[in-house]
Amino acid sequence: MTFLIQQTLIYAIPLMIVALAGVYAERSGIINLALEGIMIFGAFVGVLFVNLTQQAGTFDAAKAAGDWVALQGFELLAMLAAAVMGAIFSLLLSFASVNLKADQTIGGTALNLMAPALVLFLIRIIANQNTLQMYSGDAASWFMIKKSLFGYGRNDEMGFLGSTFIDKVYLATYICILLFVILSIILYKTRFGLRLRSCGENPQAADSLGINVYKMRYIGTTISGALAGMGGFVYALTTANCASTGDVAGFGFLALAVMIFGNWKPLNIAGASLLFGLFKCIAAAYSSIDINGDGVFLLAEIGISPHFYRMLPYLITLIVLAFTSKKSRAPKAEGIPYDKGQR
Amino acid sequence: MKRRGTNLLEREGARSVLASVISIVIGMLVGSLLILAMGLFNSGLSLASAWDGIRLVFGGLFSTGRSASGTLTWGFNPTSIGNMLFRATPLIMTGLSVAVAFKTGLFNIGAPGQYLMGTAASLMIALGIPTETVPAGLVWLLAFLGGALAGALWGAIPGMLKAFLNINEVLACIMTNWIAANLVTWAFDGSQYRNLVENTKSAYIYKTSYNGVATSKLGLDLIFPNSQVNGGIIIAIVLAVLVYILMTKTTLGYELKACGSNRHAARYAGINDKRNIVLSMAIAGALSGIAASLYYLSGNTEFFWSTYQSLPATGFNGIPVALLAVNHPIGVIFTGCFMSMLDIVGLQLTNLTAYNEYITDVIISVIVYLSAFSLVIKMLLTKRSKRNRTAAGTTESAPEKAADAVHTEKGGESA
Repeated sequence: MTFLIQQTLIYAIPLMIVALAGVYAERSGIINLALEGIMIFGAFVGVLFVNLTQQAGTFDAAKAAGDWVALQGFELLAMLAAAVMGAIFSLLLSFASVNLKADQTIGGTALNLMAPALVLFLIRIIANQNTLQMYSGDAASWFMIKKSLFGYGRNDEMGFLGSTFIDKVYLATYICILLFVILSIILYKTRFGLRLRSCGENPQAADSLGINVYKMRYIGTTISGALAGMGGFVYALTTANCASTGDVAGFGFLALAVMIFGNWKPLNIAGASLLFGLFKCIAAAYSSIDINGDGVFLLAEIGISPHFYRMLPYLITLIVLAFTSKKSRAPKAEGIPYDKGQR
Repeated sequence: MKRRGTNLLEREGARSVLASVISIVIGMLVGSLLILAMGLFNSGLSLASAWDGIRLVFGGLFSTGRSASGTLTWGFNPTSIGNMLFRATPLIMTGLSVAVAFKTGLFNIGAPGQYLMGTAASLMIALGIPTETVPAGLVWLLAFLGGALAGALWGAIPGMLKAFLNINEVLACIMTNWIAANLVTWAFDGSQYRNLVENTKSAYIYKTSYNGVATSKLGLDLIFPNSQVNGGIIIAIVLAVLVYILMTKTTLGYELKACGSNRHAARYAGINDKRNIVLSMAIAGALSGIAASLYYLSGNTEFFWSTYQSLPATGFNGIPVALLAVNHPIGVIFTGCFMSMLDIVGLQLTNLTAYNEYITDVIISVIVYLSAFSLVIKMLLTKRSKRNRTAAGTTESAPEKAADAVHTEKGGESA
């Protein structure tokens, strides 16, 4: 059960934060189809940052001394780097769709094509292979929070809550949850949030009240880019051992589906991403999931093909969309370039 | 009345071509800049190698390798051109697929999935029917049609979801892509089609020539010796012309385009919009399926079946092919060839320099990015020339003005 919860969280949290990234863009009126590309780019930047910092030996002393607070700071810095570069990358989308009034779907697709191409081109030159890894060690030994850090011995019990939420976890997961809560409150309970949302619903009305629609859309997409970039790095850190391969396995698109399924509302999105995280987790680890701890790997013994489990998240998305699409309410003005002269 | 302006820029077609050429040039310049930056800032690479790389980006098709002294040599390279035509075949088809959907107002990002389903169907038919009892030509035809049918069915799914349940076709297409990738892997995992003879190759399917099925070369191999070119390129060109006729000269094509321009107006005019959306996606899917058939039935290509983690780039590259051609079926032939030329350039870069083939993907993505607003730029050009004309030609007679208006309306539609 502990394993199941931890694994589900590992998949659910990047989905959740990237889906929120989608919400910020679409609430301001820009369809951000580029989430996948920005995630790929963010993952690359974060891993590159870790790799270069390790190469420079900045945190070697902290690592040797077991100073885990400093190492967590290192992780946060990498997340920040990914977020900043994700935001910068997303400017390409906002520039095309706000200033040039371009087709946002095509612009997003361009970014989705550009990110893996650029990342793989650079990785191949930097690392001479198709994967960029950490310079030394692995993600678990550098960044994972373990019970030994709190003075527990190897055989000490921490209880269910302790072993689920404190042992063998990444700080990044909790930072993402915290950010998710804060940003959701900002979107719904502050003046800025209301203004942002009004630009996605009726930009003409917002403009008439003195809100700068272009600026708001830029802000929305930039926050979106930052969150997606960070989410990409968190995904690479927690599921791929801090390696970048120019691929996030369709997570950005899945996040878009989560966003639509969650009806563009944070609370629903949190629930939806947990659901999808669970399916992703089953797909990835169905053979080693022991639900009630009796040593029987139920899902593996049913004898269903692993391909079916892998297909499940996408299949469920389609089915769920089929049932919810009639009720779903997208921001009214999303995807429509704002033109001041238009009535 | 077709207005033949003395100024070339006043013609709609010329403007489209110009916009595409500008996109291409900018894309290649960005690629060159990236190479230059790498050559300057990476200690392992020299400026001379960057210069080689840039020259290959622009002229890779005419590269004949390196001479003994290590300098690049240039010349007519029939092998490269033949390979370009061979690789253009599936790109033209996926480009047509995306273009047809675009004309109906749908963004067919599901081409990779339709391509995969087409691959699976044609390979299974081509390898499954024994050629001892059935003539190879018939098996080829069945496999070809099977690929088209599988693609059509797979394309119809997002079409139906869009038409009847109003699910965004982009999202539905992306999901069906990944479902297709898993389905195809599932279908081939443990099947009799896996190549177990050449045991150096894991997770590959037999070439169709193993069963004696291969596309006829139609003498093209004599013109382009040592290349993979075959009759597929002819079929692709014929199909492009057929699609052009379908879209411009038939009622069905008119209805499809009407749905694309304004779905509600089309319905008001008595056009069954739901049927047309499904039909458009089915046609698009069939074209993507044919892309796969033509590529894998050539007899010398192998399919990596364990594909559940990746989608075929050929499918995605249909998008830039269609965008560059402004969704014009005949234009797709040329942009498809251009894209495959970039492929060849990528190969040459990997083989001859320290750079790699991903630079061509960067170039393609820049081109897509530019084409996102090339329509806008073109619209601005149209507006400006119209304004100039109305300012200068107030004395023009009324009927001519009316004809003018009709013409610009037409131009707007094809844009």
